[in-house]
Amino acid sequence: MEPVTQSLLYLDNVSVVFDGFRALNALSLTIDEAEMRAIIGPNGAGKTTMMDVITGKTRPTKGEAMFAGIHDLTKLDEAAIAQLGIGRKFQTPTVFDMHTVEDNLLLALKEDRRAFSNIYWRRTAREKERIEILLERIRMTDQRFRKAAELSHGQKQWLEIGMLLAQEPRLLLVDEPAAGMTDQETADTAELLRDIAKTQSVVVVEHDMQFVRDLDVKVTVLHEGSVLAEGSLDQVSANERVIEVYLGR
Amino acid sequence: MNGTGFIDRKGWFFIAIVLGAAVLVPVANLMVPEGSPLHVSDYLVPLLGKYLCYALLAVAVDLVWGYCGVLSLGHAAFFGLGGYAMGMYLMRQIGPRGVYGNPILPDFMVFLNYKELPWFWWGFDWFPFAFVMVLFVPGLLAFLFGWFAFRSRVTGVYLSIITQAMTYALMLAFFRNDMGFGGNNGLTDFKDILGFSISADGTRAALFAASALALAGGYVLCRALVTSKYGKVLVAVRDAESRTRFMGYRVENYKLLCWTLSAMLAGVAGALYVPQVGIINPGEFAPANSIEAVIWVAVGGRGTLVGAALGAVLVNAGKTWFTGLLPEAWLFALGALFVLVTLFLPRGVLGLWDTLAAKRAKPADTAVPAAKPAE
Ligand SMILES: Nc1ncnc2c1ncn2[C@@H]1O[C@H](COP(=O)(O)OP(=O)(O)O)[C@@H](O)[C@H]1O
Ligand SMILES: [Mg+2]
Repeated sequence: MEPVTQSLLYLDNVSVVFDGFRALNALSLTIDEAEMRAIIGPNGAGKTTMMDVITGKTRPTKGEAMFAGIHDLTKLDEAAIAQLGIGRKFQTPTVFDMHTVEDNLLLALKEDRRAFSNIYWRRTAREKERIEILLERIRMTDQRFRKAAELSHGQKQWLEIGMLLAQEPRLLLVDEPAAGMTDQETADTAELLRDIAKTQSVVVVEHDMQFVRDLDVKVTVLHEGSVLAEGSLDQVSANERVIEVYLGR
Repeated sequence: MNGTGFIDRKGWFFIAIVLGAAVLVPVANLMVPEGSPLHVSDYLVPLLGKYLCYALLAVAVDLVWGYCGVLSLGHAAFFGLGGYAMGMYLMRQIGPRGVYGNPILPDFMVFLNYKELPWFWWGFDWFPFAFVMVLFVPGLLAFLFGWFAFRSRVTGVYLSIITQAMTYALMLAFFRNDMGFGGNNGLTDFKDILGFSISADGTRAALFAASALALAGGYVLCRALVTSKYGKVLVAVRDAESRTRFMGYRVENYKLLCWTLSAMLAGVAGALYVPQVGIINPGEFAPANSIEAVIWVAVGGRGTLVGAALGAVLVNAGKTWFTGLLPEAWLFALGALFVLVTLFLPRGVLGLWDTLAAKRAKPADTAVPAAKPAE
């Protein structure tokens, strides 16, 4: 099949209607390979709903959603989309509380997902090595045997980012990663995401303006389910309509 | 899975007790003279055997509830179907010794004017076939049920309610005479199993030992599952189902496998139960039976397997004792027990044990376990 587009992610004219309410309204957006994009917009703008559409949780009422130009995301379920290489971090950190930090990463590693083969699984040297590297990268090597339930909020956020990396996705969707973090953690997170974006595409939804500034990437402003403005943070900050609906409040 | 390393100390302790009982109870019944204080009476052997069957049922319930988060209120259905498969074999073994002396048709069929054996009774005179059916019939029902329920993402209370509806529907169906399973009288008056008289002391002792072996085997199987990566995914599904899905796991397949295996274990438990109690009737499908099984697991400690088995034995021993005193009050006592355990022992008897053991170990052992680096 010929790719419809060169972009990694291609949303065209996507609408989602909940009981008559338009959460997304003819939204169009493209993300390139190894691009990082920040998405901002007031509460209820449809940012999370957009991620739901991309990951197969919500079916659009109308419109097109393509991945890598050939995969129609509106036809696939969550597991299939995840296996294509789209990883997602939720707005509230969701890790597996009863598992250790290490096991959380183990479950996320890009490996065979089938039930039967996982009965006969044994830890391989390669898996061990990848877990070491990930622990190092999210700075949790000394926390590896702790249950995820015991971690602080910020640590859970990082563990979840680690799990996302373990999946080796081509596209990472990160919903409000800095929520509930200290200033230092926020700055560290921005640095980590910038590092990830060297090799993978990243879409970050965030409210924290300082954080978005730290990311230093193209910004898309959503409002009432569609794109209001796009450009550098300085450009969109200067946009009158953006000031009106969002920044000016 | 890694050799036998997946069984922890508690597990070995449990296996030792169960296998020990498999040997000692028959010995104490058959070889120790009746006057001796070590003698186990003929009454006690099938009673204890029955507890072991319940323990295996509880382990099966714990596998789906404790590790996969599926609260089944319908496991009695699988237990009952396994029991009926065994009962059908036992009926066919009666042969011409029935009241009506028909060499092929069981008494109830003669009484209901059946002319020939219904097709679904074919093959049940042959033990290996019946044995396969003990696994296959509950497994098939569970597979079909799970296929639809898990695919349509029915979870939580709704799922529990439809499992309950499933066993209730089976009960109503089996009550009907024209179903061909003996109606409300069920299947009974068994004579032989594998050529041995079913009421002989030796047979009873052997059935007890078989139940103990099945329990130990079922435990080892479940333990191997829950300690594998598959088992880690099950726990992930239990605690954060949609997160697991977004990581690329087909949650419905994980549930379906666990659910079907659990149903087959319950079927084996039912099959061993029937020759020891001497009857199977539609009452085994009663909704309350499935709920009781869940209570055993809660009392023993959900998500521990060993605790589930322990809970089944404790609650049923309590039931035997209590119904001797106040038969009508048992259900109230059971309900009260459930409420008390939920409120005060959320991790069950086994959880209490762990807490006490940890408290006692504390003063002597303040060092961090060697496997954990300092935090
Ligand atoms: N499942 C749903 N059913 C009904 N309304 C929904 C649903 N999900 C989101 N919405 C509505 O859609 C709008 C957009 O929500 P959301 O995408 O969560 O916004 P954001 O993440 O930008 O704050 C909100 O008004 C929200 O109430
Ligand atoms: Mg949101």
